Amino acid sequence: MAEYRTHPYDVLVIGAGGAGLRAAIEAAASGVKVGVVCKSLLGKAHTVMAEGGVAAAMANVDDRDNWRVHFADTMRGGQYLNNWRMAELHAREAPDRVRELEAWGALFDRTRDGKILQRNFGGHRYPRLAHVGDRTGLEMIRTLQDHGIHSGMDVHMECTVLSLVMDAGRVAGAFGYDREKGHFILWPAKAVVLATGGVGRAFKISSNSWEYTGDGHALAYRAGAELLDMEFVQFHPTGMVWPISVRGILVTEGVRGEGGVLRNSEGKRFMFDDIPDLYKAQTADTEEEGWRYTQGDKDARRPPELLTRDHVARCINREVKAGRGSPHGGVFLDIAWTKERIKDGAEHIKRKLPSMYHQFKQLADIDITKEPMEVGPTTHYMMGGVRVDGDTQMSTIPGLFAAGEVAAGLHGANRLGGNSLSDLLVFGRRAGQYAAEFAKANGAAAVDDAQVQSAAKKAIEPFERGPAGENPYKIQYDLQDSMQELVGIVRLENEMEQALGAIAKLQTRADKVGIDGNRMYNNGWHTAMDLENMLTVSEAITRAALLRKESRGAQFRDDYPDKSAEWAKFNIIARRAESGEMVINKRPVTELPAELKQIIEEMK
Amino acid sequence: MATQALFRIWRGDASGGKFQDYKTEVDEGMVVLDAVHRIQAEQAPDLAVRWNCKAGKCGSCSAEVNGMPKLMCMTRLNQLNLNMPVIIEPMHAFPSIRDLVTDVSWNYRVKKTIKPFKPRSPDAPDGTWRMQQKDVDRVQEFRKCIECFLCQDVCHVLREHHKHDEFIGPRFFVYAAALEMHPLDTEDRVADLKDKYSIGYCNITTCCRQVCPENITITENAIIPLKERVVDKFFDPLKHLFNIL
Ligand SMILES: Cc1cc2nc3c(=O)[nH]c(=O)nc-3n(C[C@H](O)[C@H](O)[C@H](O)COP(=O)(O)OP(=O)(O)OC[C@H]3O[C@@H](n4cnc5c(N)ncnc54)[C@H](O)[C@@H]3O)c2cc1C
Ligand code: SF4
Ligand code: SF4
Ligand code: FES
Repeated sequence: MAEYRTHPYDVLVIGAGGAGLRAAIEAAASGVKVGVVCKSLLGKAHTVMAEGGVAAAMANVDDRDNWRVHFADTMRGGQYLNNWRMAELHAREAPDRVRELEAWGALFDRTRDGKILQRNFGGHRYPRLAHVGDRTGLEMIRTLQDHGIHSGMDVHMECTVLSLVMDAGRVAGAFGYDREKGHFILWPAKAVVLATGGVGRAFKISSNSWEYTGDGHALAYRAGAELLDMEFVQFHPTGMVWPISVRGILVTEGVRGEGGVLRNSEGKRFMFDDIPDLYKAQTADTEEEGWRYTQGDKDARRPPELLTRDHVARCINREVKAGRGSPHGGVFLDIAWTKERIKDGAEHIKRKLPSMYHQFKQLADIDITKEPMEVGPTTHYMMGGVRVDGDTQMSTIPGLFAAGEVAAGLHGANRLGGNSLSDLLVFGRRAGQYAAEFAKANGAAAVDDAQVQSAAKKAIEPFERGPAGENPYKIQYDLQDSMQELVGIVRLENEMEQALGAIAKLQTRADKVGIDGNRMYNNGWHTAMDLENMLTVSEAITRAALLRKESRGAQFRDDYPDKSAEWAKFNIIARRAESGEMVINKRPVTELPAELKQIIEEMK
Repeated sequence: MATQALFRIWRGDASGGKFQDYKTEVDEGMVVLDAVHRIQAEQAPDLAVRWNCKAGKCGSCSAEVNGMPKLMCMTRLNQLNLNMPVIIEPMHAFPSIRDLVTDVSWNYRVKKTIKPFKPRSPDAPDGTWRMQQKDVDRVQEFRKCIECFLCQDVCHVLREHHKHDEFIGPRFFVYAAALEMHPLDTEDRVADLKDKYSIGYCNITTCCRQVCPENITITENAIIPLKERVVDKFFDPLKHLFNIL
């Protein structure tokens, strides 16, 4: 019998990024007992890495902006597969959520008249991203952290949740271990909020941290919840490509927002060559107009570098494949050229993009105020996730809520930059509020010790196999290779079939994974525990991508390169059948109410 | 162009430990953390190391590389002499958990004792404030802090004199400065800085500033102005002169 400690809560929040902390603050404010569990130290979650900004139609820079425009932009970006209710609430509530951060101590960059400054970003019609240079995520997480620690929540840092505990179809808590000592812990809870972030570690080239192993997605799936839109994985167009060891690290879209341009090896601004119909009316005709837009000219339209991420990523891919790439297999991103236009240009670049300057200088010996950067696509964001109710964020399992990157719906087939940080705030708050209400309305669920014991037994098995078992790191690397090659930015039926075969084989190897040493801070063991989650989400991504026989948003299929009117009507759901098999189904997109339809028409 | 290099990594826990040598391939552009990962994947799967972003943004991967406090993910191997073993140790100012991982929880406890942000009432009827960029610039510098705790690691008051119960260390002087100089904040932490947090123990050696990966001017911009506030509030003007010199 495995021993474990028990920490009961009314609301248990799994994850301490923007979504988890915002949820915990809200739940604690309503007077219930709140616990937060996170895999890393407090304040280190992925949210800390966000750079460009948080989207909210505050109209501080351009007074034509309002929630309707933001709503329409989000729906257009998501190719109308979005949960319209989430897109609506998000656009309406984001401004208040951002202002609230200021009341908690955040210090955003300012406009001349002393308000929160907003910048341009791909797919947003007006300058909309509140930001702090290029370290907006740090500002946000630190603000929530510093406010949160005084709001009465308990934080269990460096603990990993392994499974959800269920009571007759309702969630009853979570079970896991602390990474430091390897002790098991049970957190019984009346309501659980998943805020575990994304899945980017399933791919080889990724901007995501080690935590992004799809834990929340897999926990929910194994507990019987529905996953939605899993085929939509966002590849950010600009990651570092050189040196190899830093491949994938993000180069913020802010570089292009500040006037950075993409060129191929012939020096051509290739983005002007291919502008999708949906965006023709909003895109600059000339380089000059594009430049004026980045400098705040309200009559100018955006340069094609600021088209949606999926499109820019594919154009870069095309240039590289056509032999017009940069020496290390990317294209050139040039911000240094803006020195011709701006007085003290080099200083200006350093002030606007301090982390980018730092990052290239330190990791690649490149001075971005003098030379162009080499960039290429990198796995960045998961649109797909737990299917939730738009208002409450409750999943299909009573008492189980999800918010932030682990939840799906807001972004549809593709997310606009800046819409994630605002997502965390708006829906983190909602999840916290409704989870607290659920906890108040429902008594404690029963915890079944047998479930706990079987989870503990499974967790210890790798030690019994010892070093003779499969190496967890190797399995992880092999999975990353397969997903990158076979289910990446350009997809094909036969390759994805191959990927399913590879995943099945890796699963067999993962069942035989072996670990050396003991349970104290053992990275090998931690990696072994992540494997099953990564394999589950990889399978869901692949199966959903196979079923969707069209190209839309972030999914590009070489064998079905066009959008299909038929597929515009469906989302895709992944669910675990009683037998343990993964079932994939179509689900009709929910019809928009007339007034929202009209907004979309007006903004076309 | 791969070459071999030797890494001498401290392995052990609170009860003690020793250095162990690992030889591994190194490629162009690699950082120390890449080498540690390679060793982990190929030779020592249970080697404990803390990291998250691998992009210098989260402040998790702090360690001492050839005796220098560094973020392992931002320290390139080509800046080190690879003809000698590369020595990697955990931070010394905090208790060991295992291998390169230390127990930094003290920092989180300290932060909680510092009085939180308390804004003045809003400037505008819609509940918002107006601030000029030049007034936030100064505090934004402090808010760049990624809580890597490298400055805590080198501060002799903590590292050698173990004054963890009385002294909050440079990271939290930066934090206190960010609050004290925040254009909207109305709280007063000056008495605490003097009595509870013993800012007087700091003798401006600037060791902390020199290791800060975010290049925060910890001593000149945060600690000295805070010391001045303490002096202004509690000591006479003449003494003031002596104290800051
Ligand atoms: C480099 C980069 C730049 C970005 N820039 C922007 C931007 O400018 N604007 C924007 O809107 N978005 C941006 N994004 C996206 C955005 O940062 C993320 O989508 C967002 O931060 C996710 O927040 P979250 O709260 O959902 O999860 P996270 O912040 O990732 O937090 C997840 C939490 O869950 C915990 N967790 C995970 N699994 C477990 C488990 N099994 N047990 C216990 N705890 C667990 C983790 O420890 C962590 O605390 C960027 C992303 C990257 C990678
Ligand atoms: S300057 Fe002060 S705080 Fe910084 S290391 Fe020296 S004594 Fe410590
Ligand atoms: S002040 Fe600098 S060295 Fe100290 S914790 Fe912050 S970032 Fe690290
Ligand atoms: S891993 Fe985040 S700073 Fe090094």
